[in-house]
This record gives sequence, structure tokens and C-alpha cells, in this order.
Amino acid sequence: MEFKIIMPRIRRELYNKEICACSIFGAMNRDGERFTGAGVMKAIANMHVRGNGLGGGFAAYGIYPQYKDYYAFHLMFTGHNLQAKLSAKKELDAFLCQNFDVVYDEEIPHGDEATVSDPPLVWRYFVLPNKQGEDAKLSDEDYIVGKVMVVNTKIENAYVFSSGKNMGCFKGVGYPEDIGEYFMLDKLYRAHTWTVHGRFPTNTQAWWGGAHPFSLLDTTVVHNGEVSSYGTNRWYLEMYGYACTLQTDTEVIAYAADLLMRRQKLPIDIVAKILAPPIWNAIDQMNEKEKKLLTTLRMVYAPLLMNGPFAVIIGQTGKMIGLTDRIRLRPITAATRGEMFYISSEEASIRLISPQLDRVWTPNGGEPVVGELNSMRKV
Amino acid sequence: MARAVLSESSLEVKQDNQNIEGLEIDATDLGTKELNDQLRDLMLSGAKKVSIRNVCGQRYIGTRLYTPEHLEMEIEIFGTPGNDLAAFLYGHKITVHGNAQDGVGNTMDAGKVVVEGRAGDVLGFSMRGGEIYVRDNCGYRTALHMKEYEGKRPVLVVGGRSQDFLGEYMAGGIVIVLDLQDLAHEANFIGTGMHGGVIYLRGSVKQSQVGGQVDISPIDEFNREVLDQYVSRFLERFPEIGKSKEEILRSQFVRLTPKSKRPYGNLYAY
Amino acid sequence: MKSFVFPEFQIIRDEEKCGQCRGCERQCAFGTHTYDPVADRLVSDEYKCSGCQRCVIFCPKDAIVVRPSPSSYRPNASWSREKIEDLKRQAETGGVLLTGCGSDKPFRIYWDHIVLNASQVTNPSIDPLREPMELRTFLGAKPDMMEISAEDGDVQIKTELSPNLMVETPILFSAMSYGAISYNAFRSLATAACKSGTYFNTGEGGLPREMRDEFGKCAIVQVASGRFGIDAEYLNCAQAVEIKVGQGAKPGIGGHLPGEKVSQAVAETRMIPMGTDAISPAPHHDIYSIEDLSMLIYALKEATNYEKPISVKIAAVHNFAAIASGIVRAGADIIAIDGLRGGTGAAPKAIRDNVGIPTELAISSLDRRLRNEGIRNRCSIIAAGGIRCSSDVIKAIALGADAVYIGSAALIAMGCTLCQKCYTGKCNWGICTQDPRLSGRLNVEIASQRLSNLISAWSHEIAEMLGGMGINALESLRGNRDHLRGVGLYEWELDVLGIKGAGE
Repeated sequence: MEFKIIMPRIRRELYNKEICACSIFGAMNRDGERFTGAGVMKAIANMHVRGNGLGGGFAAYGIYPQYKDYYAFHLMFTGHNLQAKLSAKKELDAFLCQNFDVVYDEEIPHGDEATVSDPPLVWRYFVLPNKQGEDAKLSDEDYIVGKVMVVNTKIENAYVFSSGKNMGCFKGVGYPEDIGEYFMLDKLYRAHTWTVHGRFPTNTQAWWGGAHPFSLLDTTVVHNGEVSSYGTNRWYLEMYGYACTLQTDTEVIAYAADLLMRRQKLPIDIVAKILAPPIWNAIDQMNEKEKKLLTTLRMVYAPLLMNGPFAVIIGQTGKMIGLTDRIRLRPITAATRGEMFYISSEEASIRLISPQLDRVWTPNGGEPVVGELNSMRKV
Repeated sequence: MARAVLSESSLEVKQDNQNIEGLEIDATDLGTKELNDQLRDLMLSGAKKVSIRNVCGQRYIGTRLYTPEHLEMEIEIFGTPGNDLAAFLYGHKITVHGNAQDGVGNTMDAGKVVVEGRAGDVLGFSMRGGEIYVRDNCGYRTALHMKEYEGKRPVLVVGGRSQDFLGEYMAGGIVIVLDLQDLAHEANFIGTGMHGGVIYLRGSVKQSQVGGQVDISPIDEFNREVLDQYVSRFLERFPEIGKSKEEILRSQFVRLTPKSKRPYGNLYAY
Repeated sequence: MKSFVFPEFQIIRDEEKCGQCRGCERQCAFGTHTYDPVADRLVSDEYKCSGCQRCVIFCPKDAIVVRPSPSSYRPNASWSREKIEDLKRQAETGGVLLTGCGSDKPFRIYWDHIVLNASQVTNPSIDPLREPMELRTFLGAKPDMMEISAEDGDVQIKTELSPNLMVETPILFSAMSYGAISYNAFRSLATAACKSGTYFNTGEGGLPREMRDEFGKCAIVQVASGRFGIDAEYLNCAQAVEIKVGQGAKPGIGGHLPGEKVSQAVAETRMIPMGTDAISPAPHHDIYSIEDLSMLIYALKEATNYEKPISVKIAAVHNFAAIASGIVRAGADIIAIDGLRGGTGAAPKAIRDNVGIPTELAISSLDRRLRNEGIRNRCSIIAAGGIRCSSDVIKAIALGADAVYIGSAALIAMGCTLCQKCYTGKCNWGICTQDPRLSGRLNVEIASQRLSNLISAWSHEIAEMLGGMGINALESLRGNRDHLRGVGLYEWELDVLGIKGAGE
């Protein structure tokens, strides 16, 4: 009875970070051949014990070829009952009409047999920006980012969880294999790149939006780790207009990737050195040129150092990147077989769907492994 | 700037289920607990040798095989065993026909583990006895806090190379890293906090790669005998390597030992 | 270098009473007292005195008084004497300040701001001397429900039960390792635990082989980051296994038993060479995440054939409740939380006095958190860190703990005076030392008797207080904050504790 107490001081706290550990998996066909989600669902299910059923999700690239020139928004409407969800949708629809041309929209199909709890209403919209006034000066992408931030901070119970072109995220509360089944990823979608996440948060205030991947435009992040620098990373990103609203540390990685890779156009090797820089002792051993580069990066981007243990898979159109913290406190294994490229928390999951592999290795801490499409033609 | 990838398998990793004799368990669709239940039951019913097929990620194989009577058995694993293989192992011999994941031989007490492939991170963590032979490379934090006491002296031989933090806090035991492909040791932070035991590296290592508590020295006759013994055992297990013992032992080796049993003796005020 | 620090204690010897028996000289391992044969009198070097009071108690003539030195710097609220002296010591050595025992800083002691209830008129109080009063407690995971099959009146339990520890009184001895404390102290704790129907915790220094048969039945064995003395026999001889992640006195850092305390017998038990520093790394290097902790929990369950509950001990820190909730989901059967005032044999002073949160607040937030998440049944909570008396125990239970660990209290029962010099290895009371001359002063039979007496006295008092509240089984008090009221606390503190103010 007395347990639902209000703790004003805690409410006043700047953020309430969630702590979790997880399994991550990614598969890419570098020839751009598309395949269903069945394999990655099987692979992540093999790491069932790394999660605890409080979150699972997928990012899939190349799934909407028929709408590939439109931004695909995946929306979640939450609330205690259908009425609340519909009223959030109504508000969102009005907002979209004002700011976008909506080409097509529908409820994202789902199977009802899957074991998931309390699903929200999940909808997708294919849109083009309709920039007006001051906004006309913005690039399409900055415009989208701005509007996504508005929805996620201003419209209650509505949450954009995917906003790139020809790609989409699917996520929710449950084991990832159950989420995959719920959205029928093994039947309805074919992608050339899949990334997957099974989650083990330390608490249950689990909500569908809190599952991974976290995404912005076509950048998606699945993350196993705890960002102990979260408070620092967050204030830095907020200066660049990223609102951290999702009660989880992973979103800062997604925003950092967007800031550095899309807006500042830095190559992934450099971005890796910002997020997971070499230690000063190692830098001191380098030749003058490298030393200067890395010293400068550490000076300029000190607030973006992701401290604490992590392993992430960052997805972008045509790319799949695996990265761990600089002393590799979380596991990562990479493998190739022909045109297939895999990243996983454990080798066994890769072997399950591809028993024979050409190459298996565990990348060094702080050094990215990057898979890229051989050609963007097919996509 | 980037170091070469260290943990690849250098030779073909066997993934088929050839040559299985005697008792076997098919691990397809078995969870960790079911698999280990079956293994324990077989041991209690007197099995001396068991093969497990289609292993894919099941953890703690060998861990639940302690009995007050110290029963022992031999286990052959086909596939990819999950984390903590041979954790707390108390006797027994385990052979993996394939790669192993993280945590092989965690706090292992006795017995033998042979991995015909690579091993992941924290291999031989806090190991206190027994022997582990890994044909290819191994990951981060190998032999971390390995320790010894009197007759109990753990041995770990790795055919390939190790990633960073090899022998961190090491307090005893013997670690031999052979780098048989002559790719040179690139790991950093080797032996940080080391205060016991010995690491032999075939080839050489730079001062900047090892922790401040470590002495690097050439090997002497006695060391050669130690190497001779364990390299022979290593080669017996992996004939596919196709190198002779003499060829390997002729190479340069360095020996890493702690400067003191008390690395942090002067850290405190009175 | 000449030290600029003046003595902490003043030693006053009544020359009239002193019989020059030199008892004080023999008692003090720090070498404070020496006999001057020329003058035929004893002289004391106050610089060496730890203030442990051993010589005072053992002086047959009651001739010695040891008290804090009255010398003083100019009083300064910011620069206290302690701050000035610590700084000087560091300027003289360049070292980290080491200390022992729990924090002595004046953080608010919530126990002393909480009062208990008693029955009047509407609900009869119970007389524990003549009526049943049950303190028996089971520690471990409980299922959310029981499935049974009843055929022809034969009722069978279908739900698989997790292993639990049964204690006759909710007081266990906290982890204190052999190596940190002497063999006799360690054995006294074991003996008393067996005698009192409770458990002692081996700490991370192993369990000497010859003690396993006799004391395994009342032992909780610890697996800490140093993994000392751990093998399958060690794990299987005990009744529960505790993974030590953190300690209230030093959250977030490791430990290190200096080589001089690693005697032959300690080396044998820890299975490391004699004289080697026994280093416990800050983290477990096979635990870098909650998922890895789960892996170790299940590795230990495997290693013990699922026959023992697994406890996880963490220090109470800012976000520990969320972490603890994860630990429960990771498969732990018991969570031990150790608060800000928890003791230690050695810890950097800066850490001991500045890191962590008080146990009282921690118990309440953890219990609330687990209830809110609907997983309170899935584990038991053992609270540790600053439990001083039976009323602290009963308040801990009303705030939501299942049982408590006592460390300092047990040591004090054996003779410890909290002089905070444990890390020197020269404990005059024979507790925190490996010097056979000193540890021989602690007689196992007497010390274990003192410990059992303490447990039995506290249990009686708990029964009295329970009876007064009209409760005859301890489980009815667990998490029952209705029986607590706060005095002199701020609103937020009452909120965190989940209790009303007195008179409300």
C-alpha cells in the first residue's frame, strides 16, 4: 500500500538510466541478396539465456523496395487502453499531416499467437517532408530528425522508433524470437542486413519503446553494455539538438553515430576512435602524425568517449559495423562465409545458421569491424 | 594503427561429427541444463567416455561432474560449446573438435581440456590446476589470476596468439604462447599486476607491451626442459600442425616473470 | 623523515598502582610499553598506541588509562584534527591512507531515528517466555505458487522447490575470511554458528580442509574476485555459496591481503604460495555485466548440482536497487546488501568514508523495488553494515530484510574494540592477525561462547519486542513498516524508508 510513494527528489533527477546486458547478432549479405528474418531469429534464440524476456528487437535493411524513396516511420502508440492509443494516434496523424506528405500508412501486421505482453498499437507511415517557413532551409534529414524529436518529446504516448528509408525497426517487450514471431519477420520481410537484440535489463519498467534497436534515420544501434559516461555524453548531444528521452543509455550511441557520421561526415574508423579511443599510454607510443590525430580527437570529442563496457552493432544503409569498448569488456565475434558477414555475442549462434565458416575472429577492443555492400545497385 | 586480427583460427575447424564411438549424446535442441543432466547421469551410471554431437552454445559442460568419489570420464565435444566450458572442472578430460567460446577452464581445478580450434576471452581465468591446450588463438584476459599452490600448477599452451591482458594478476602456473604462424605478439598489457607464475612467449615482445610488474628475460636450460615437455604434449594433441618439436624449440623464446610477489607493497601510508 | 603527527592517544599510568609486572609490555604488539630496568618503571611511547585498550583490561592493578590525546590544533570546523593528520601522513609517505573497521563518520544512523510499535488494548501483546515465539527463517527463492496433486487423500507437491537455508534466528555471521582474521577467530565464528542454529560466512579466503566435515553444515562459502581456495569440494561442503561482488566498506574496489599475512596455513587454505600478496581484483573478471553474473550464478549451481542456494552480496550504492532487481532475475536466491557502515579488515579511507549509502535506506528501497516488480518472493534479502543490537535487527526486518549479517558486532563480542588497526596484522586481541603469539590469545571455546551468548541474548530481545507488537512469528513483521515510525527525519527520508512520522 505505501509502496507507490512519490519521491520528489528522485523525480527531479536529470535522468533515470536503465542498466542492461544483452545478446546482439547481425547478418549481412554483402551482395545485397535479401533474406527473411528466420535465420537471425533462430540465431538470437540460441542466446536465449543472455536475455530475460524484457526486450527484443530487429533492424532490417532493404525491406521496403516499393517505397524506397520515402521515409518509413514506425510509430508506437501506447496507453492503458485502446482509446488512449487511438487518441495518441489522432494527435500524431494531425502532426504528420501538417509537416509531411503521407504517401501510405497501415497498421504493421502482427501475429496474435506470439507470447508478448501488452503490445501497443504499431503503425507505419511512408512520408516525404513538407518543409515550410524557416524549416525550408533544413536538409531533409535534419528536418526529419527535428520532427522525430518533437514527436518523441511532445506528443504523449506516441513514439517514432524507426525513421529511415527502405529499412525498419521492429521491437517490443518479450524475447527477441517472440518479437520476431509477433511481427512475422520470418514470413513478411526480406532484408539484406539484419541486426537483432535480446535484452536483459535490471528492472521491469519495461516498455516497448525501451527495447533495442535505437534508431534515427537509417542509423540503428543494438547495444550490449552500460554507458557509465551517459550523463556526460548526454549533455554534449543535447547541445546538438538530440533529446534523450528514452530512459536508456543506448540512445546516446545512436545519436552520437548520427552526429558524427551523418552530420559531421566522419569515416567509421575515426568515429570508432572517438567512441572508443586508445589509451594515452598507447597514444604516447605512436608516431607524431598519429599521435597528433588521436590527441586532437580525444581533446575535441572527449564528451563522446563511451566509457564503460559495451559491444554494439551499428547499422546504416549498406553498412554493418561491430565495435566494442577499448578494453573489450563485452564479447563480440565476427565471421564470414562467402558473401555473408556475421557479428554475434557468441560464435555458437553463428554456427547454428552457418555451420561452415570461412573465417571467425574476435576483433580487438576499440577497433571496428565493418561489413559493406559490394554495390548499392541491387538495393 | 589497427592491429591485425588476432583470434582467427589458423587451420580448418572441424564441424562434422565423424568418428564417434561409444556412448553419445545428441545435443540438438538440448538446453544447458538438460545436456549436463544427461552427462552427469551417464557418469553416475559408470560411463567412462561420452561423445556429444551437435553442441551449439550449451554452457558449463563438465562443471556438474564433481562427485565425492572423484569419478572421472572423457568427453568429446563436436560443435561449438558455450561459455564456461570446464568451469570448476575437477578432473576429467574434455576435447573440443571445433572452436570454444569465452570462459574455458574458469576456476578449473584439475583435468585436461583440448580445443582443436580457437578459444574466446578469459581463457583459464583463476585456473588452479590441470592443463589446457588450445590449437589456435585466444581472446582477451587469458590466464587472468591463474594461481598455483605446491603440487598444483596449472598449464596453458596456446598455439596461436593472445589478445590484450594476457596473464593479468597472474599468481602462478605456466602459460606458453607459441605464435606458430610467426605473426608476432601484438597484445598489450601483458602481465599487468603479475605476481607469480611464468609466461613463455615464442618470439619476442616489446617492453611497452608488458606491465610494469614484469621482467622480460631470455630462457635458460631449465626453461627449455619445461618448454620441451609441454610443447611435446601440445604437438601430440595436434598432429595437423605439421611442425616438429625441434623446429619450434629452436626458435627464440622470452620468459616473463613477476618482479615481486608483492607488487603493491608500497602503495599505502602508515 | 620526522613525523609531524602527534599521538592519537594519551597513556596515563598510575605509578602508585603499577607493580612493574610488565604485563602491559607483553600485551602490546605495537611495542607501546617498555620496561626501563634502571629506573625500574614502565615507559610508554604514545606514538605507537592504537587505543585498543588491551593493556588497560589486562593490567592486574588497573593502573593504566588510555584516552584520546587532549593535544589539539587550533579548532577549525573545516580542518579537523583528523583531516590535518591524514594530510600530514600522506605528505610524509606519498601513500594511500589505509584503515580498518566500518566508517566512523557521523552519517545519520537511521536506526536511532526509528521507533517500534507495541500493542495496547486492541490487540494483546504476547509473553514470549511462555507462549510460542517463532524466529525461524528460510533464506532462498520461494515459488510464486504451489502446485499439488491430491489423489485419494495423498497430497504431493508438484512444484519444484529451490534449496533454502534454515536459520533459527535471523542473525548470520558476515563474511570474514581466514587470512583477514585469525584461525581461532574464524573457528570461533564457525563453532558459534553451528551451536546457535545459524550460519557463518567463510569470506573469500577458503575453508580449511579439516574444518569442512564439522562446520560445512553451518557454512556459507564465498566466491570472490580472487577465487582463493575454491574447488568443487569447497563449494559442495557448504550449505550455500555467496558470490561477493561488493562490500559496504569499499564498494567498487578490490582487496589485497598483504603477503606478510599469508602464513603457511593461510597459503594452504587459499591455495597460493606463502608470502604472496593475495590480490582480489576490483571486479570478477568473468563478470562484466548482469548477464555474466547470471552465468556465474548458474556455473555455481551446476558445480553444486542445484543443491545450494546462491547468494550475491553487493554494496549499497546509488542505483543498487535496479542492479539488485537484475541480480534476482539473473538467478540469485539471496541478495546480501552491505551498507555504508559495513566493516572491513583493510580499506582505503577515502573509499570507506565516502562511497555507498546507509543500510537502512537500502533495505527499504530494495524491498520496495522487488515488491513493485512482483519478484520479492524470488529471493531473500540479508542486510549488513552497521547492525549493532537486537533492535537494529528487528527494524531491518520490518523495513524488508529477511535476516541480517553481523560482522563488527561479532568481533566486538570476541574482544575487538574497533581500534581500526586491523590492516597492521598486529591485533592485540588475537582477532585480526596471523601472528601465532597473538592469535593464541583468543580461546575458541570462550570466544564461541561469547558469540552464542550474544545471539541468544539478541534473539530473546527480538522475541520480547515482537511479543510487544502482538506478533508471534517473525515473518509477520517482514516488510511490515506499519510497526515503525520515524523521529526527527525529513520528508524525503520518511519516503525512502516508507514509514510514517511518529504520531502520524
